[in-house]
Amino acid sequence: MIEIRIHGRGGQGVVTGAELLSVAAFDEGRHAQAFPSFGSERMGAPVVSFCRIDDREIRLREPIQEPDAVIVQDPTLFHSVDVFSGLKKDGYVLINSTRSLNDLGIAEVARRFPKGHVRAVGATEIAVKHVGRPVPNAALLGSFAAITGQLKLESVEKAIMGKFPGAIGKANVAAAREAYALTGGK
Amino acid sequence: MLKQIEGSRAVAEAIALCRPEVVCAYPITPQTHIVEGVSELVKAGTLKNCEFINVESEFAALSVAIGASAAGARAYTATASQGLLYMAEAVYNAAGLGLPIVMTIGNRAIGAPINIWNDHTDSMAVRDSGWIQLFAETNQEAVDLHIQAFRLAELLSCPVMVCMDGFILTHAYERVDVPDQAAVDAFLPPFEPVQVLDPANPYSIGAMVGPDAFSEVRYLAHHKQLEALEKIPEIAAGFEAAFGRASGGLLSGYRSEDARTIVVALGSVNGTIKETVDAMRADGHSIGSVSICAFRPFPLVALRDAIRHAKRIVCVEKSLAPGLGGIVASNVRMALRGVDHRVYTVIAGLGGRPIPRASLRDVFERAETGGLDDVTFLDLNWRVVNEQLVRARDVRHSGPIAENVLKALNPGRGAAAK
Repeated sequence: MIEIRIHGRGGQGVVTGAELLSVAAFDEGRHAQAFPSFGSERMGAPVVSFCRIDDREIRLREPIQEPDAVIVQDPTLFHSVDVFSGLKKDGYVLINSTRSLNDLGIAEVARRFPKGHVRAVGATEIAVKHVGRPVPNAALLGSFAAITGQLKLESVEKAIMGKFPGAIGKANVAAAREAYALTGGK
Repeated sequence: MLKQIEGSRAVAEAIALCRPEVVCAYPITPQTHIVEGVSELVKAGTLKNCEFINVESEFAALSVAIGASAAGARAYTATASQGLLYMAEAVYNAAGLGLPIVMTIGNRAIGAPINIWNDHTDSMAVRDSGWIQLFAETNQEAVDLHIQAFRLAELLSCPVMVCMDGFILTHAYERVDVPDQAAVDAFLPPFEPVQVLDPANPYSIGAMVGPDAFSEVRYLAHHKQLEALEKIPEIAAGFEAAFGRASGGLLSGYRSEDARTIVVALGSVNGTIKETVDAMRADGHSIGSVSICAFRPFPLVALRDAIRHAKRIVCVEKSLAPGLGGIVASNVRMALRGVDHRVYTVIAGLGGRPIPRASLRDVFERAETGGLDDVTFLDLNWRVVNEQLVRARDVRHSGPIAENVLKALNPGRGAAAK
């Protein structure tokens, strides 16, 4: 089983991000469970969502405490939330930022993880370019597929089109593709 | 059709498949997505011949459902928490009148202190209202139970509550097989009421009943629940034959046949309990679990048969009866009368507190060695509790408890009342 935790702020779409991950995994014939955090959901407040992916039925209902991967939609969260909390030794971290890990002040933490497992991608900028709005989810999911190899880009694209049919979906798919390529997806 | 779908949306689709003729809606978290989903299906024309009525309160929601059901319509509504309490009088009326309404409860705590998250206090507050109460373990079971609920309700002319854990199920996206319309139509025949308000053949429903007949009418309500004990397994068996999967029934055991310790619980926490049982079994512990689906009627005989061979029972329950302990445990003891078993109560998950495997394993192992109290509060923060107890003992004007506890939990945010 792979367990993913998404950090963001209320209104940025952490729940949609987890939902899309689960739909992409389902499309690949796997079992998946996405659910929101059990905390306050105020606009702008730090929020988390979770996604589990497995090859068998997922019965566990506890929040994810030791994730295999963490997606950070908003790098300003580093000041208030320990986004690395419980992350497994060989886990993955994907941060929405155009800044380097050094500039983000996490280069030292990043060295504790295998090379290439902690990455930043300017998902908001990619979203603004393709979608015209600062909606980083699609780009982050594209990068997630590239970095972890847990999902195919096609499944992520299909999940995006299922959730956002038409032009908005296509624009988000373009953002996912660009982020996928930028973070080494082939 | 297999879908990766939010629990609330899956239930909304299941409701539409049951072809209700009147749906009354008043929003309250965490149930709101369900009635929103039904309203979209009505507007889109997927659910035809259904009047979707926006009402001004939960009391009105169930009252309109009562009127609709008495007029012969298949009626549905959903609520949670304070909403269920606000309609409490109508809850008793629906059952007392014997109207086969189906209602979803997106289980949530009751204030004060106000809390929007999951526990079972709301359903437990009306457990003796005469409704049948079914608890879903997964979103698949929530879908299946609603289809069975209409069948059961109309067979007995008795209202049925389908209880699903708020957020944990209602807001979870997981794999659900949503049945097709033809299969549901074959399983659930059109509503044929046993009583109906019809101007062409007028009679009254809701007579005043005095001391000479009230007990008899109430006995018949009890008798109906006892009949449900027979019908629930029959309907579950019919459902399995028609849809090819087991769902519902009175209860279901997991690795419990030879277990010396058996955990009993309601709803979605059974999933986490099963994972804990597997891990403990792998380490040589003799442990299993029983998930109670039908809490009303309470399956005394079936439960007794399922757990009497064990040495000890641990009830993990998401509600508290202050001054007593656990409601589920009290019912379990009733099933075990005459059997010398230790029945432990573990109060867990109140107001959405996570129930982790590690904490469950800890209390299960303490039960095995006799080191568990009769009533245990899972993961209770004793520091915070004791600080408040000391404050209340030492200071007359000790202030509001909830605020004091929050301040003790986050000391940086100001001192407790002096």
